[in-house]
Amino acid sequence: MKQKTRERISFVWKHFLLLVVAIFVLYPVVWILMGSLNPGDSLFSAQLLPGMEWGLFWEGVRSFDFAQIAQSVKGIRLSLDHFVYLIQKTEYVTWYKNTLKIALWNMVISTFLVVTAAYAFSRFRFPGRKEGLMAMLILQMFPGFMGMIAIYILLLQMGLLDNHWGLILVYAGGSIPFNAWLVKGYFDSMPRSLEEAAKIDGAGHFTIFFKVMMPLSVPILVFVAVSNFIGPWMDFIFARLVLRSNENKTLAIGLFEMVTGRGNTEFTTFAAGAVLVALPITILFMAFQKYMVEGLKAGANK
Amino acid sequence: MQTRVGFEIQQGDHSIFLLIEGIIFLICGLFFVWMYYLNVKDAWKVGQWRDQGGKTNSFKETLRVLIDKGFPYFLLTPSIVFTAFLTILPLIFGIAIAFTNYSGPNHLPPASLVDWVGFQTFVDLFNLKTWNRTFIGVFGWTILWAISATVTTFFVGILFAVLLNSKGIKFRKFWRSIYILPWAIPSFVSILIMRNLFNGEFGPINQYLEVIGLSSIPWLSDPMWAKFALIMVNVWFGFPFWMVLMSGVMTSIDRELYEAAQVDGANGKQQFWKITMPIVMFSTAPLLIMQFAGNFNNFNLIYLMTNGGPVNVDYSYAGSTDILISWIYKLTLDQSQFNMASVVSILIFIVIAIISVWNFRRTKAFNEEDMMS
Repeated sequence: MKQKTRERISFVWKHFLLLVVAIFVLYPVVWILMGSLNPGDSLFSAQLLPGMEWGLFWEGVRSFDFAQIAQSVKGIRLSLDHFVYLIQKTEYVTWYKNTLKIALWNMVISTFLVVTAAYAFSRFRFPGRKEGLMAMLILQMFPGFMGMIAIYILLLQMGLLDNHWGLILVYAGGSIPFNAWLVKGYFDSMPRSLEEAAKIDGAGHFTIFFKVMMPLSVPILVFVAVSNFIGPWMDFIFARLVLRSNENKTLAIGLFEMVTGRGNTEFTTFAAGAVLVALPITILFMAFQKYMVEGLKAGANK
Repeated sequence: MQTRVGFEIQQGDHSIFLLIEGIIFLICGLFFVWMYYLNVKDAWKVGQWRDQGGKTNSFKETLRVLIDKGFPYFLLTPSIVFTAFLTILPLIFGIAIAFTNYSGPNHLPPASLVDWVGFQTFVDLFNLKTWNRTFIGVFGWTILWAISATVTTFFVGILFAVLLNSKGIKFRKFWRSIYILPWAIPSFVSILIMRNLFNGEFGPINQYLEVIGLSSIPWLSDPMWAKFALIMVNVWFGFPFWMVLMSGVMTSIDRELYEAAQVDGANGKQQFWKITMPIVMFSTAPLLIMQFAGNFNNFNLIYLMTNGGPVNVDYSYAGSTDILISWIYKLTLDQSQFNMASVVSILIFIVIAIISVWNFRRTKAFNEEDMMS
């Protein structure tokens, strides 16, 4: 076989493989999008393109008759009814607001706690430092909800059960050990001469922290902030544990109950809800993808 | 114990609240003792300094020294408070519960008290037939699940990283951004979608199987198929992470290595196994182990996809696909078997801790010179 034919064959099968896997990856995404626009209301009747006349379509393709193709597409009936229903008839908007509130506050509080702790551990030598680092290393190994019962009772006693602040505190507390290690590793890699120069110029602790360190650590700060923002959107366990009443629920719980509670009857409403949650998070993730990958790599290599 | 005096109900001691309060007091007490110790030490130092004829600081000077020398403590205080009450306190409590009989239906305050029973719950887990059968079954599946979930995603990830980085691929960016989607979509949403896709009666997968003339598969109602479906779905979720990571590693490998290999007459396969693979393994091994630990505790996927089901009559309070962590969740929230749940979580901790310690010893974090000094 000639070199050229062999290259051509490998070109074809590689692209064939890429295409097949792309279909597998995209199928659930397309299916849910179509589900949300489908006029019916159950999983059973969800078609990929409702009302599409496939026979007419293929005939049009075969004879290169564009008018016929256009004719076949005309019958497609898509509706936004489920989105309207979701917003008007369910508590969806409330759940959305709750989740957004929890995510934003968690992002602010966690990032603050993590950055201050990491800065102290990275830039200062003080009695208790070594023990502190060791403790964080060990704490990070415990599965998050080993202390579930205790957190439940603690929040009950403080009157924070079924309260968003209780949940925010739980998330913020849990994020410290791992993220502080990560950020400390990043701070360690920055040269010390920077602060020494600033100190000679008469800068105090706060000036050094805000004017020198912060601007230089944007990538890792973005990583910590974004991952703490996304965390509450994904979490199911703690939200279920802490939040009880319907008006306090987060999206994860609300949507879960929509498809498991009443025997899949609300499938298309769920689909609309899923699209509305997934869209902003997916865009956010894609936008900060570079930081996410780098943050993870930093976590592994330090 | 709660008692009834006439028409009034007198609340007895709530053992669990007492335990929590005790631990809170213990933590605060330790803080206090530590502060006290520092105070005494400082006073002694200043006293000695004065005996030698030194000048002591005025109040203003003390404040300045405090801000300067104590700055790291200021920075750390919020994190210490949060960690002490939201991480350490629950952990101590969780461990303590394992040594009590805190469980339904007979030992739930406020109706009745909770007692210390020592290692009895541990003994029960291993000796009572109903418990140990469940534990062994669930533990075995957890290990099998964690290994196969990690290995499959790793190899599919590496396959596509190689494919995307190979010569002559058109629209590289386009493919990559499609493949990244499963990682980018919030996982609970896509798990719930998958749950519907695999639905035995209405799910499209079975409908397609019937269209092409095959019989439908009991995806989520047969234990074997449910396990298989979980692993498949996990590949869908997990491979983009590895693909992106390894693409990054591969593009940073020096081109000259491959050129030198080509000069020596190595073919593509040899180049892959002798150059690419070792470098990729070296830089991703720690993450591989972290991923294993993550899969070991992958509550979301199991709980949202199969809810632990299908039902297994041999198990107590667990289904066929339950892993340890989802079993604990059911024991705690649905069955009030708090003591047993605590025992199992201690065992999980031991497994994860062994893996993590072994992992950290090999990485730089542990050997970092200022960590050990």
